[in-house]
Amino acid sequence: MNTGEKTSIPNEVVAPQVEARAATNTILLCAGGACISSGEESCLTSLRATLEKYALQDVVKVVETGCMGMCDAGPLMILYPEGVFYQKLKPSDMELIVSEHLLKGRIVESKLFENPNTKVKITSAYDDHPFFTKQVKIATRNMGIIDPMSIEEYIAHDGYFSLQKVLQEMTPEQVIDTIKRSGLRGRGGAGFPTGLKWELARKVPGNEKYVLCNADEGDPGAFMDRSILEGDPHSVLEAMVIAGYAIGAQKGYIYIRAEYPLAIERLNEGIKQAKAYGLFGENIMGSGFSFDLEIRMGAGAFVCGEETALIESVEGKRGQPRVKPPFPAQKGVWNKPTLNNNVETYANIPTIILKGPEWFASIGTEKSKGTKVFCLAGKIKNTGLVEVPIGITLREIVYDIGGGIPNNKAFKAVQTGGPSGGCIPAQYLDMPIDYESLKTIGTMMGSGGMVFMDEDTCMVDVAKFFLGFSVDESCGKCTPCREGNRVMHEILERITSGEGEEGDIEKLETLGQSIIDSSLCGLGQSSPQPVLSTIRYFRDEYEAHIKEKRCPAKVCRPLIRYQIDESKCVGCTACAKVCPVSAISGEIKKPHTIDPEICTRCGSCIGVCRFGAISRVTPA
Amino acid sequence: MVVDQTLEKVKDIIEAVKKEQSLEEGDILINCLHKVQDVYQNFVPSEAAEIVAESLNVPLSKVYEVLTFYTMFSTKTRGTFIIRVCNSLPCHVTGGAKIIETLFEELKVGFGGTTEDGLFTLEKTGCLGLCGVGPVIMINDQFYGNLTPERVVEIIAGYRKKGRAGT
Repeated sequence: MNTGEKTSIPNEVVAPQVEARAATNTILLCAGGACISSGEESCLTSLRATLEKYALQDVVKVVETGCMGMCDAGPLMILYPEGVFYQKLKPSDMELIVSEHLLKGRIVESKLFENPNTKVKITSAYDDHPFFTKQVKIATRNMGIIDPMSIEEYIAHDGYFSLQKVLQEMTPEQVIDTIKRSGLRGRGGAGFPTGLKWELARKVPGNEKYVLCNADEGDPGAFMDRSILEGDPHSVLEAMVIAGYAIGAQKGYIYIRAEYPLAIERLNEGIKQAKAYGLFGENIMGSGFSFDLEIRMGAGAFVCGEETALIESVEGKRGQPRVKPPFPAQKGVWNKPTLNNNVETYANIPTIILKGPEWFASIGTEKSKGTKVFCLAGKIKNTGLVEVPIGITLREIVYDIGGGIPNNKAFKAVQTGGPSGGCIPAQYLDMPIDYESLKTIGTMMGSGGMVFMDEDTCMVDVAKFFLGFSVDESCGKCTPCREGNRVMHEILERITSGEGEEGDIEKLETLGQSIIDSSLCGLGQSSPQPVLSTIRYFRDEYEAHIKEKRCPAKVCRPLIRYQIDESKCVGCTACAKVCPVSAISGEIKKPHTIDPEICTRCGSCIGVCRFGAISRVTPA
Repeated sequence: MVVDQTLEKVKDIIEAVKKEQSLEEGDILINCLHKVQDVYQNFVPSEAAEIVAESLNVPLSKVYEVLTFYTMFSTKTRGTFIIRVCNSLPCHVTGGAKIIETLFEELKVGFGGTTEDGLFTLEKTGCLGLCGVGPVIMINDQFYGNLTPERVVEIIAGYRKKGRAGT
């Protein structure tokens, strides 16, 4: 590599990091947000104490990594050199793992993954578990592998090499050309070609420009940005410096929501470390290029994910969208040309520079290149974070990676694109997931959140739920979004209470279309999509609510009843005890009954009945 | 004088934020309000807002414009512990409604309400990004996932103990 007079990354200092890990016993503990919330910290404390008990604290290295992806199986752990994967850990398991695995070399079978199809225990999950083997990791390449708080480990995994290459061997035009040829498209939702965006920002005249990172992830069901920032903050920081060089900006902002305190902490630490190595600031690596970056925090407003609202908020104002044009590329932060990309988009950049645009473009479909990170949530067995080549079918995601729907229920639909997107019903399971295909069926890629729904989910209820979210989060600036969504929500409220009227569906459709046509910003323009999309695919459910006053999925409380099957009830009184309104009566050891007049449909009784005697019914 | 103390405190906060955010002048309002809120009982008192306005040389109306727009800011006193309940679909389909009911019962307040003992304020929040382990709540900066009604009761009891010990 061209070093010459210029300084370069001290890779000879940090490269041994990797080798050291392979040679000694290293325990990687997933410290992603989900694992922390399911008890990672107490596992860590217990692990450290146990290691000390056996005097192993100096020979076994413990590393807290970013999200490993399989959130429902957390807390997770990988032991090297063997690469053995343990799951669903509890503090009390540490004794067994240390004394059996580390001291005696015996694998702790009870803590291994089990292949859901073959029922065989898997020792090395990364190699053998379908959840991992179908993935191609680019944006999430370092997550679950390195310590996010260590810039040395990031550098040891080729980190900041792209920045060095860009600053020492490439002109800004070459960088932009590379991104253009890679075919990378914005991962935040709309899928605008990233290279083109960079070119536009470069071509706008001006000495003062800004690079922005949209980390205001707010789509329900999407958590890849949080995971990337918590698990590999340097990948985003490096890309932002590269973007600054490409468009000719010296300043950058990361706008992040205040609901992500851990990500903010790790980003701040990352910025400090990069500054210490001279990778930010004045005259980076002796190239003459200077770039500085700071974090700006949100304060709880979904609309700030919209780029012009985000810019307002960066400036310390109310996050209300601006009228476009002018676009941010012309007038963004402080009315200066601004390049804005989302977290996942940036995280792809270093690898594209390093491995070349042709390599990146060889993954994915004709129009949608590379990979996409999806978050699996809702009614699916393996919830978590996955990165797959674009163009993979929904069926592969649901059944191979996701492990299918829990409790042998049927797949009903998946919501993509959050409150701006729509649902994909079962008939499209074999459709490839890419930007264009999703558009043709009335939804969008969005930021990649996938909320799975099974046969017990009522689609009218789901639509009402999303619309309620849009009503809550509307910034109030333009009337169609502020008032229109409210009216639509009232109609849905009526329908789910059994007071729907003939013509309601048509009203929803017309009103929805007017909101799409007349709202100011992208969020307003897409807010009726969940309603329109569920009407498109589940019109019969709407009709059942309106005409027959029944909820086929047995969810909407005013339209259902609870009843006890006399032949199954043994009179154990468990249900009567748990009922908060005393609607259940009956003599002990004799079948009980529920008084529908008193019952509030809370469902507590179903949960406690051990005989399966209680069921929900909706009038036929 | 209480006002003098407030003045000192808020001025210190603003100086600290100015050091932290040195890229530009004039965009530090949101961060200042976060910090002010951390110092006071999870809200921005009107005296503090006035000092912020004066020190940053912005109209008081602008400070309130921002204060009332963002859900994480409050102009009213809130509890020591702010319980934020994730109100988005992944948590809804995995049983979020039950969790909300339990919280209502346990705390005897609705959304936006503060318990009589001043310990808890219950709020709704957008997606917390922990959809893999829904339903999820956030208490101050701490997250709790895979919740069941029983677990919620346990968690609240833990905080009650903590809160009483602290007062």
